[in-house]
Amino acid sequence: MELTTVWFIAIAMLWTGYFVLEGFDFGVGMLFGFLGRNEPERKAAITTIGPVWDGNEVWLIMAGAATFAAFPEWYATLFSGFYLPLFLILVGLIVRGVALEYRGKRDDPGWRGRMDLMITIGSLLPALLWGVAFGNIVRGVPLDADHEYVGSFGTLLNPFALLGGLTFVAVFVTHGAIFLALRTTDDLRVRANRLATRTGVVAAVLTIAFLAWAQALRGDTISIVVTIAAVVAFAGGLVANLLRREGWAFIGTTVAIGLAVVSLFIALFPDVMPSTLDPGSTLTVVEAASSSYTLKAMTIITAIFFPLVLLYQGWTYWVFRKRVMVAAS
Amino acid sequence: MDTLDLARWQFAITTVYHFFFVPVTISLVAITAGLQTAWYRTGKEKYLRLTKFYGKLFLINIAMGVVTGLVQEFQFGMNWSDYSRFVGDVFGAPLALEGLLAFFLESTFIGLWIFGWERLPRLVHLGCIWMVVLGTQLSAYFILAANSWMQNPVGFRYNAARGRAELTDLWAVLTNKVVLVTFPHTIFAAFMVGGAFVAGVALWHLIRRPLVDKDVFRSALKIGASVVLVASVGVAISGDLQGKVMTEVQPMKMAAAEALYETEKPASFSVFTVGTLDGSKEIFSIKLPYLLSFLATGHFDGEVKGINSLQDAYEQLYGPGSYKPNIPLTYWTFRLMIGVGMLSAAVALWLLWTTRRGRAPAPWLIWLAAPLPLLPLIANTFGWIFTETGRQPWLVFGLLPTASGVSPSTTSGEVITSLVGFTLLYGALAVVETKLMLRTIRGGLAGTDDPPEVSPDQPDKPLSFAY
Repeated sequence: MELTTVWFIAIAMLWTGYFVLEGFDFGVGMLFGFLGRNEPERKAAITTIGPVWDGNEVWLIMAGAATFAAFPEWYATLFSGFYLPLFLILVGLIVRGVALEYRGKRDDPGWRGRMDLMITIGSLLPALLWGVAFGNIVRGVPLDADHEYVGSFGTLLNPFALLGGLTFVAVFVTHGAIFLALRTTDDLRVRANRLATRTGVVAAVLTIAFLAWAQALRGDTISIVVTIAAVVAFAGGLVANLLRREGWAFIGTTVAIGLAVVSLFIALFPDVMPSTLDPGSTLTVVEAASSSYTLKAMTIITAIFFPLVLLYQGWTYWVFRKRVMVAAS
Repeated sequence: MDTLDLARWQFAITTVYHFFFVPVTISLVAITAGLQTAWYRTGKEKYLRLTKFYGKLFLINIAMGVVTGLVQEFQFGMNWSDYSRFVGDVFGAPLALEGLLAFFLESTFIGLWIFGWERLPRLVHLGCIWMVVLGTQLSAYFILAANSWMQNPVGFRYNAARGRAELTDLWAVLTNKVVLVTFPHTIFAAFMVGGAFVAGVALWHLIRRPLVDKDVFRSALKIGASVVLVASVGVAISGDLQGKVMTEVQPMKMAAAEALYETEKPASFSVFTVGTLDGSKEIFSIKLPYLLSFLATGHFDGEVKGINSLQDAYEQLYGPGSYKPNIPLTYWTFRLMIGVGMLSAAVALWLLWTTRRGRAPAPWLIWLAAPLPLLPLIANTFGWIFTETGRQPWLVFGLLPTASGVSPSTTSGEVITSLVGFTLLYGALAVVETKLMLRTIRGGLAGTDDPPEVSPDQPDKPLSFAY
């Protein structure tokens, strides 16, 4: 296989990992303030993601850095073109990260209230805007012959991309609710389970609409098959959730998000940034790629070290596999 | 201001701000790991209490380091897309290695350390924080390798067809002679900050609450001040080596550091000069003969090239234009870096002396407690401003002028939005962070949670250390 294809797959995998993992911690971040009825419940909910959210976020840093190294042209076009959404995503992630770390450092309801608001907004904003961004990547944006973005912020807020944003939010909320049901006990667990059913229906409708539209825009046979598999997995997750089989439900949404992201990348390939102005201005994998030496060196190093990362990240989930109990108040 | 100026201001502001947290993180995690190791080895409770206390302060600090670091990675693509296109093939590799080898390690094992107090066996838990230490060191190495490539590009060839630099030798980039001297210099400088932080906090407690946990904070004061002293020796030695490498690969930066306009042989070191700084008029100066020659070349009678002759040489090489950095800025930041750094080492030495053999620090020393951690931090900041502005007008020395790296499609409105946004956000976070730090420091050792009891019949007890 061409190394450019290998690295396209690698980057698709990093984004997939990012959305599967940070998807649930975004979901918990958006939900815990509403789902937790008192401080011990909110604290328990936030503790479910405590040991892992930071590691999950590194998947994003890695996706960015790998794109920079393997496809500099893609990185340059994407990051300068999507300037304001990325700025807002950064603001969201900054506010959220600080609030998650600082929330428990002071025993003061006012302080916690402010931090909770920051966590909620900081989870909602990136979830929404990543959906908008990925909608635009798949749909294509106005690029000139130098692969420079020539649209405005308004150009990015087209109906398809906005639907993508809403879909991401609804899916992550559901994914997060199922994760909470899986990781907590008693009332909180029951409420999270019920909420997942309700948001899951909304998410399913949005997902089907968004993925179908995406396939109509640029799909091929394989991406359509993967899309259908994603929808089936999501439906399976929701059924398992109804049956209170929380582990299976979480596997269902995990697989669904994974396959959905993969289907978008398959539909995109071999382009990385389609141009809506002129097909000739579309940036392709080959045009965006680094030299073969760089790709080869990175392939070797990644092949050696990435399994190690998976191993110790997996170990973290194993260490904290026990359900988080709500402290007696 | 145009997009270029705005993008440069944004980079300067976000980078300087980010680097307030980085040296504290690098050193404080290592000191915390050392304290926890001491507890593991000796079983003395005071080490555990110090581990918890400084560990908590470390966590408050690293939260800011992590989130502001995210901006750095995005910023290359957002504001400097043509730079990214030009260097991505080379510069991207160490950046990706930083993510793969360092960030995953740091973030994962920090989670395990924070939440693992009651879940993991003691030795494994201790291993977790040492993994974080390893992560911070690797992170520093890779990002400095990337930066060093911008100071002294190696291991690449220029691809004219693609108009970009392409990697030919990753090993050469990772063993760039600049990174080999910059890494120890930066790490030692970071330890001066962390040591001073530990000492400053302990000093405050010893004076303000002399009866509370006196022995524990005496240990912390000694540990902190000793770290500053040892690190300052490392900073001086590595800085001296760095000066020689810099003279070799970036002679203009050395000349600018000294505001040396005419080539001198032997050259004297200017301790302090009041003049016009364009070299035309000198009002007052203190100079140490031969010293600059030695610092720059290792020989007391070595020749040091001046700004004017270098400017002529660069015009021959790269065409017309100014190849001088901002001389007053480089001259003063270089001096302040060295001066403030030496001052902080002197303060640490003096603190050790005044508190020797059980002596309590004099109450008036309280005014040192707050500035002490800031001194090496200021020296660090001046060092970075010097090394980055001294590279101008180049982004990548000799290859890519700064003006050519900025994003062509980005509007000044966009950059203003993010510049104002980040500045306001960073300002607000600085207030929150400082207040929380001071609050936690004032809370003292008693304010930290004791290690939760591990009891087999209630393994599901909620976690209490962090959230």
